[in-house]
Amino acid sequence: MLSPIIATAVTITYALLGLAILLTLWRLWKGPATVDRVLALDTLGINIIAVILLIGLALGTRLYLEAALILAMAGFIGTVALGKYLLGGDIIE
Amino acid sequence: MTQVIEITVAVLLVLGGAFIAIGAIALVRMPDFYTRLHGPTKATTLGMGAIIMALILHSVAIDGRLEPGEAAISLFLFITAPVVAHVLAKAAIRTIGRPKI
Amino acid sequence: MLRRLLPHPLLSIGILLLWLVLARAYTLNSLLFGLLLGVALPLLTAAFLTDLPRVHKPLKALLFFLIVCRDIIVANWEVALLVLGPLHRIEPRFVTVPLSTSDPFIATLVGSVVSLTPGTVTVDIDMEQRLMLVHGLRITDAAGTIAGIKARYEAPLMEIFGC
Repeated sequence: MLSPIIATAVTITYALLGLAILLTLWRLWKGPATVDRVLALDTLGINIIAVILLIGLALGTRLYLEAALILAMAGFIGTVALGKYLLGGDIIE
Repeated sequence: MTQVIEITVAVLLVLGGAFIAIGAIALVRMPDFYTRLHGPTKATTLGMGAIIMALILHSVAIDGRLEPGEAAISLFLFITAPVVAHVLAKAAIRTIGRPKI
Repeated sequence: MLRRLLPHPLLSIGILLLWLVLARAYTLNSLLFGLLLGVALPLLTAAFLTDLPRVHKPLKALLFFLIVCRDIIVANWEVALLVLGPLHRIEPRFVTVPLSTSDPFIATLVGSVVSLTPGTVTVDIDMEQRLMLVHGLRITDAAGTIAGIKARYEAPLMEIFGC
């Protein structure tokens, strides 16, 4: 069980991460350039990793760790692939 | 003693959340792409670092398990953040051009 | 013989530690499998890890790591204030940093550290002309920033890897 202090901190952090996700979604929606959207997507991925880790802490399970790790890897590869696409049009050279 | 650890974990969690939020604020507030790049690629990295330190401290000091598996995520993010910044900045120069100074 | 079997000892130790951490079980089983991975992965990837410079001064490397950690925290605080404060305080601009090192690995490390310390992002590294293009969020003194990057990050890294 979480102690009251940590439970409060988890709630506050949920709120901060929710704010971060909303702001990132606004940038994803607004653009204006494609790179802005890719940057917003990457940031969104990291925000979601933080939320997943926090859920793991709140539920007292470590099963979410692998999900966070895989999302970190998939997010990175996706961002680099999109960046490469913008750079040259070809993803595989 | 437990109280001190709990407060440290709580402070680290909120600090991490705050830094991630600041990264997102930078993404919204900054005037052009290159200045926007600074917020997420770094404030977010430190934010994740703080949250992960809180999780490790919690599992080691309160649950009594030495299983710092979250450290792998932090390590991965610290290695990949510069690469992401570099690829996106290069893509930006190619697609939207470089400002005068 | 040992050098042939373990071309990158630090990498092998890192893989073993990472495996133990991820397996979340400190048993003989996971230790043996971690050792196997630590030996096999550097051998399998040896073809494209050829010219990695060796760490000559491990203590200096540790000190450098601590300095970078401190810089990341201090500079993050400054960027947080810039982001939340009035926008006219930012002075974004590009600077070109001439590199002294000819080793691409060290140049990559310098670029990564510059990107991780907030307020500066490495945009590109040109190893032929030995130039590094850096974007800063608030650069009031370009020459000072360039000298700072070279003295604070490049010089210690070149010393650590002994070239």
